[in-house]
Amino acid sequence: MFNNLSEKLDKALHVLKGHGSITEVNVAETLKEVRRALLDADVNFKIAKDFTKRVKEKAIGQNVLTTLQPGQLMVKIVKDELTELMGGDAAGINLSGKPTIILMSGLQGSGKTTFSGKLANYLKNKKTKKPLLVACDVYRPAAIDQLHVVGDQINVEVYSDKGNNDPVAIAQAGIAHAKQHGHNVVIIDTAGRLAVDEAMMTEIANIHKAIEPQETLFVVDSMTGQDAVNTAKAFNDILNFDGVILTKLDGDTRGGAAISIKSVVNKPIKFIGTGEKMEAIDVFYPSRMADRILGMGDVVSLVERA
Amino acid sequence: EKSKSSFFSKLTKAVAGKSKVDDEVLDNLEEVLVSSDVGVDTTLKIIDRIEERVAKDKYLGTDELNKILREEIAGLLSETNSGEETEYTVPANKKPYVLMVVGVNGVGKTTTIGKLAYQFNKKGLKVVLGAADTFRAAAIDQLQVWADRVGVPIVKQNMGSDPASVAYDTLKSGVAQDADVIIIDTAGRLHNKVNLMKELTKVKKVMQKVIDDAPHDVLLVLDGSTGQNAFEQAKQFTAATEVTTLAVTKLDGTAKGGVVIGISDQFQIPVKYIGVGEGIEDLQVFNKYEFVDSFFKK
Ligand SMILES: Nc1nc2c(ncn2[C@@H]2O[C@H](COP(=O)(O)OP(=O)(O)OP(=O)(O)O)[C@@H](O)[C@H]2O)c(=O)[nH]1
Ligand SMILES: Nc1nc2c(ncn2[C@@H]2O[C@H](COP(=O)(O)OP(=O)(O)OP(=O)(O)O)[C@@H](O)[C@H]2O)c(=O)[nH]1
Ligand SMILES: [Mg+2]
Ligand SMILES: [Mg+2]
Repeated sequence: MFNNLSEKLDKALHVLKGHGSITEVNVAETLKEVRRALLDADVNFKIAKDFTKRVKEKAIGQNVLTTLQPGQLMVKIVKDELTELMGGDAAGINLSGKPTIILMSGLQGSGKTTFSGKLANYLKNKKTKKPLLVACDVYRPAAIDQLHVVGDQINVEVYSDKGNNDPVAIAQAGIAHAKQHGHNVVIIDTAGRLAVDEAMMTEIANIHKAIEPQETLFVVDSMTGQDAVNTAKAFNDILNFDGVILTKLDGDTRGGAAISIKSVVNKPIKFIGTGEKMEAIDVFYPSRMADRILGMGDVVSLVERA
Repeated sequence: EKSKSSFFSKLTKAVAGKSKVDDEVLDNLEEVLVSSDVGVDTTLKIIDRIEERVAKDKYLGTDELNKILREEIAGLLSETNSGEETEYTVPANKKPYVLMVVGVNGVGKTTTIGKLAYQFNKKGLKVVLGAADTFRAAAIDQLQVWADRVGVPIVKQNMGSDPASVAYDTLKSGVAQDADVIIIDTAGRLHNKVNLMKELTKVKKVMQKVIDDAPHDVLLVLDGSTGQNAFEQAKQFTAATEVTTLAVTKLDGTAKGGVVIGISDQFQIPVKYIGVGEGIEDLQVFNKYEFVDSFFKK
């Protein structure tokens, strides 16, 4: 699977060699391969279309006579464009609040509760913070227990109120508790919700308004398909979130949703989840993600992990 | 509904009286299908079929075209999907009927089990649940809440215990209790984790020590918003556990779940259930025509 696209592009561009430079006509087949690779990677249909158009504009007129493998040249153009699309530098997290309030949001099962724990653990160990986790999912069976188990695993306190079914009130009480007990970061775990669920979207908008978080994070499963754009846009419309978390990248998905989301909301992808354990969190590197989407393997990350 | 009718009228206008579908229409169709996560391969297959049909039966009206489109797409869904089933049934000659539920993390396995238990229980069948997810934080508590909601017994051990042992206990207990249906929950796992997949094979094998031909059904749960990765999920879970049935969840959102068409076509595994919410009643028996129609709705 690795280098698949680059091979295909070499083949498609083989004919180009005699022509000296890339033209409208001879690049058509290649662009089809690029588009196909993007769609197979779950990049949104419209975004893939626009993207290939832009690549075409960049490619036309490029000299291929001097390149031994024209496919590599195209891959480079495509990769650079992808990397740029996903945002240059790894974006950090804003910890300026007193305490810093971080609100998690996202669809059901995307990995919010797990990531809340990972982030608390990361901030505690790497940034010497004293985080508090707050359990605002009052719907999912055993959601509060789940956060408590996670908190116990990493030795981070969890604030919950089982008798209370108002997430806004729990969030506020959690923040008050944090202030009283000297926590400098508060991570608010919320229930999963669909963007079309008006009542639930209003609820999270209300939480957001009441607690004024420094960081609102949108947690998304990296296996998501074409729907990623709709969901990201709907959550962003309501929350104007600050960053995206891509989870479950320890799987073999290409993760084209990353591009789709970035293109549609233009917010940085801040962290990735790479496993179920509390240590499985990493900062996001656009160029590695570009390799992955193109099917060239997340080689660098794998090497670093080993 | 508006976009559905406009799509079909556009399609018809461009096709009516012609022996060839023009490119614009096919582009439109491609957009609808790919945007529903049907995938490029399967989309091309569908488009080929439509082209063939249009070349053969000229002068098509809206209704016929609509029908062809539905037929051709639905035709790719495994033949075992009659499209007419409305019942939550288990074969009468298998008692207890053992169902094992598998899938990647967070797709909706445990929730689907709760809903299924409710449906079976409502039909007067005696259900026993087995909490073989001993890994995920509070997974056992979560299944326990569902068991209490439905009012069915659950077999469980401590967190971190051997899932195969829980499955074994559950089958033993189910037989002793004269249960009609046993449903085993398993921990979510990504299909590229070799050891976790092996563990699943073991869980399955252990059941046969109690009931020779158990599990009678291996239900793979797919999240309806998953893209092309679902293919690899189907492939690897089938390799590890011989998946017999699919359930697609979270179709109450804007995701269409079209990837199951290709999966059903390639692996010949029928889709049996769809999840349409988090509530106990939010499970439906899959209807392939309604499913296909949903691609053309906004
Ligand atoms: N392999 C892997 N699994 C993950 C990762 N992040 C989360 N998970 C798993 O995904 C499943 C869902 O995670 P949760 O944290 O419960 O997701 P959630 O968004 O809180 O779910 P709801 O509260 O139900 O909306 C669990 O089985 C987690 O262990 C990851 O990065 N990799
Ligand atoms: N909207 C909607 N949410 C669903 C549906 N099915 C499950 N969910 C939600 O998705 C989330 C994950 O569901 P679970 O049943 O815990 O998923 P799982 O596959 O057992 O997860 P793990 O055991 O962690 O791998 C929960 O918040 C469920 O309420 C559905 O059909 N529609
Ligand atoms: Mg949660
Ligand atoms: Mg579960």
